Amino acid sequence: MRRWLRAMVLVLTGCSWLVAPAPAYAQMLMNGAGATFPYPIYSKWFDEYTKVDPEVRFNYQSIGSGGGIKQVTSRTVDFGATDGPMTDEQLKQAPGELLHIPTVLGAVVATYNLPGAPKLKFTGDVLADIFLGKITKWNDAKITALNPGATLPDQPIVVVHRSDGSGTTYIWVDYLSKISPEWQQKVGKGTSVNWPVGLGGKGNEGVSGQVKGQPGALGYVELAYAVKNNLPVASIKNAGGKFVEPTIATTTAAAAGAAKSMPDDFRVSLTNAPGDDAYPVASFTWLLVYKDQPNETKGRALAKFLWWMSHDGQKYADDLLYAPLPGPVVKQIEGKIKQITYQGKPLMAGR
Amino acid sequence: MSVVAAIPQSAERAAPKNIGDRALRIVLKAAALAIVLLVLAMAFEMVRTSVPSMRTFGWSFLVTSTWDPVAERFGAIPFVYGTLVSSFLALLIAVPLGLGAAIYLAELAPARIRPPIAFLVELVAAVPSVIYGLWGIFVLAPLLRTWVQPALGKTLGYLPLFQGPPYGVGMLAAGIILAIMVVPYITAVSREVLLAVPNTQREAALALGATRWETTRIAVLRYGRSGLVGAILLGLGRALGETMAVTMVIGNRPEVAISLFAPGYTMASVIANEFTEATSEIYLSALIEIGLLLFVLTIVVNALARLLVWSVGGPVKTVRE
Amino acid sequence: MTPGVRRRVNVLMSGLAAVAAGLVILPLLLIFGFLLWQGASAVNVDFFTHLPKPVGEVGGGMANAIVGSLILIALAAALGLPLGILGGVYLAESRDRHIPWLARFLADVLNGVPSIVIGIFAYTVMVLPMRRFSALAGAFALAVIMLPIVMRTSEELVRLVPASLREAALALGIPEWKVLLRVVLPAARAGIVTGAMVAIARVAGETAPLLFTAFGNRFWHQGLDQPIAALPLQIFAYAIAPYDDWHRQAWAGALVLIGLVFVVSLAARMATSGRFTGVR
Repeated sequence: MRRWLRAMVLVLTGCSWLVAPAPAYAQMLMNGAGATFPYPIYSKWFDEYTKVDPEVRFNYQSIGSGGGIKQVTSRTVDFGATDGPMTDEQLKQAPGELLHIPTVLGAVVATYNLPGAPKLKFTGDVLADIFLGKITKWNDAKITALNPGATLPDQPIVVVHRSDGSGTTYIWVDYLSKISPEWQQKVGKGTSVNWPVGLGGKGNEGVSGQVKGQPGALGYVELAYAVKNNLPVASIKNAGGKFVEPTIATTTAAAAGAAKSMPDDFRVSLTNAPGDDAYPVASFTWLLVYKDQPNETKGRALAKFLWWMSHDGQKYADDLLYAPLPGPVVKQIEGKIKQITYQGKPLMAGR
Repeated sequence: MSVVAAIPQSAERAAPKNIGDRALRIVLKAAALAIVLLVLAMAFEMVRTSVPSMRTFGWSFLVTSTWDPVAERFGAIPFVYGTLVSSFLALLIAVPLGLGAAIYLAELAPARIRPPIAFLVELVAAVPSVIYGLWGIFVLAPLLRTWVQPALGKTLGYLPLFQGPPYGVGMLAAGIILAIMVVPYITAVSREVLLAVPNTQREAALALGATRWETTRIAVLRYGRSGLVGAILLGLGRALGETMAVTMVIGNRPEVAISLFAPGYTMASVIANEFTEATSEIYLSALIEIGLLLFVLTIVVNALARLLVWSVGGPVKTVRE
Repeated sequence: MTPGVRRRVNVLMSGLAAVAAGLVILPLLLIFGFLLWQGASAVNVDFFTHLPKPVGEVGGGMANAIVGSLILIALAAALGLPLGILGGVYLAESRDRHIPWLARFLADVLNGVPSIVIGIFAYTVMVLPMRRFSALAGAFALAVIMLPIVMRTSEELVRLVPASLREAALALGIPEWKVLLRVVLPAARAGIVTGAMVAIARVAGETAPLLFTAFGNRFWHQGLDQPIAALPLQIFAYAIAPYDDWHRQAWAGALVLIGLVFVVSLAARMATSGRFTGVR
């Protein structure tokens, strides 16, 4: 008898979890999925936005840029997020027209593990050759030529790249493809590539962890990871011929340089951007929304958020080591947001 | 129902006469059929999604070692190799340890410390694999890189197994992490199996003058052999399919290399790493085909394991008293 | 062999067994120690009561993830345990010709399928038709992962119940189905519960299958057919971020997860302990 009693008590306790009403919400839940890179700032934005509009909750999960593209195409989420722009074929597969809205900028940096943590300079060619496996030692002539003051050991370079498909990789190899015809031909660009050499670390965390622990390692990570892990970052020669360090200012400068020739749909690559101050391995990250929204209230909430994001939201970028959008780009985004419709009616008219 | 297993019976049993027996038989059969259908549905789904890849690459998929998502050329060899080697290594470490621990907990340990330790062992199974992976990066890999691999290289470096630069991450790290993850299954289930062996078996052996260990070996282990094999296969399944932890410490290099120090890549890891970003049809299809291959591999390995046990000690199905 | 040798072999093997047990516990202690060292500071009241906060803000927690995990585990257990135990009993007891062999084989194969593939399957079967991520889809994926473990363990433990027990009951005229439910299963109960707990422990920590099914939720779930938060998902999201504060919360989350499984295991043991803890 006591046994059954105990079992009953446990079962009831268990069921109470299921039945316990989640705090009753009048708020609408909007789901979004996509890139991991902007997760910190998106979570900041969505949290702040609940104060701006308490009627809506945005639930964003970082399952990867490809995941974001797939889910928004299948309409299992209300919006997507990606570090790499969708290709024409991918856009064709979507049931409606998808808009790319840039949100912030990020920089991919080269980081390394050498005694004394010297400040190194690289050119795109040298980096491509290292990742191709043609330059194998730290004291190779090409590297020492760029860094005459630094003591470079006679050690092999342990290349570290990403094992998982990622927007960070896409940005990095996009840059290498532009600089090195050999890279373009042998490896090409994508979120996953056939790396000629190197170890694969999972996620930015995996790569920075590997570089941190492996003497002689060289890898690429998002700027925030290098900074937070106190890893040295390399200056890279940009299209203007200057060696530029990756900072928030130089990242924004990359977008400013490209702003003049920004395509209407914002699908642009910012790597090797023109301009003296531009950091050459920078990129937008985008939110993907349907131009014609299936639900009016949700659509309006989304449009209003995008407006807030491109104006007030930008001030949160710096602290989290993202570069804010330059002014001209924001102006262009405004025009785009006004094009979001519900059954033909624009949702943000009269702003 | 074969409730009276020891008495020789005709192969088929007469239909039971009362409702209770019939109902029970139906319910049990339904449960088993549901499971069979579930697995077949999964296999069907995988085959369906793999068709584009199978059509494009055919059998060459099984013998190519390139994995190039950009050029869309895919081959499975490095992954098959990596899965087999890492799982084998894991079992090599985990089976003796797991069985040994199970024997200790079931037969030899003082009665008071048995329950807490057994409980702890079960809890290890709850640690999320991503935590294992991170522990692997922060603790295990540096340990291997700084102490273990150089030591192995110096003492056993003439063997091709222990050659190459000590990265820390690689096949050895993956094998060790897998062993750690697999051991709780083997230990927990084996312990239960050993505990279920009737005391009469032990008493008989002891009465004949056997030592504790001999009792365990002759009476207990042999009696529970089928269950122990089940426990090991459970562990093997886990090793074959483990994703997160392995991918964080194996180096993720799709290459076949003899040395345990070299980085490798497993089938489960490549699926987990690249599935979310695989947006072209052929890429996705190739990844699912790898999943299908893993399915087939699991079947083959399981069949081989059963054959092995069968040949060593007779059919594993009979229950003796 | 002389008695002396046999005695020494006995001591040696007993020692080795003890060493093995120690080595099994060692990584557990190391990992626990690591988690405690890194994350204990982040386990506080806020952790259990607050929703996640963006980086840089104090007082964030994983309350929704804790509740979410409990719900997912409960649902998965409700689906997977009965089916698994019944399946295991069938395998142990049935005299059918083909189905037992096939079911056992397929269960072993299922055990080896990576959890992400099961997640993909659950996505195809549940998320796409429903056009949304949901707790139900997540529970389905977890239940599928649990099945082989529960089935295998149940089968082996039921099989090990001595025939003498069954024969005695049958000799008293008890119908077969009652013998199964009232004699055989209670005798195997402890082992079956162990299998169930190991299965629950396994799914409690699974991340990959939940990515495409339960999806995750920054807020409280709004129904079982909506995305729901889960500890492994939240741990994963935090662990791969660059911020120390989030890392600490990830370790804390892992500690809480293990604690959760601990409590569930304890409860299950208490509810099923009794006169029969195996035939010893």
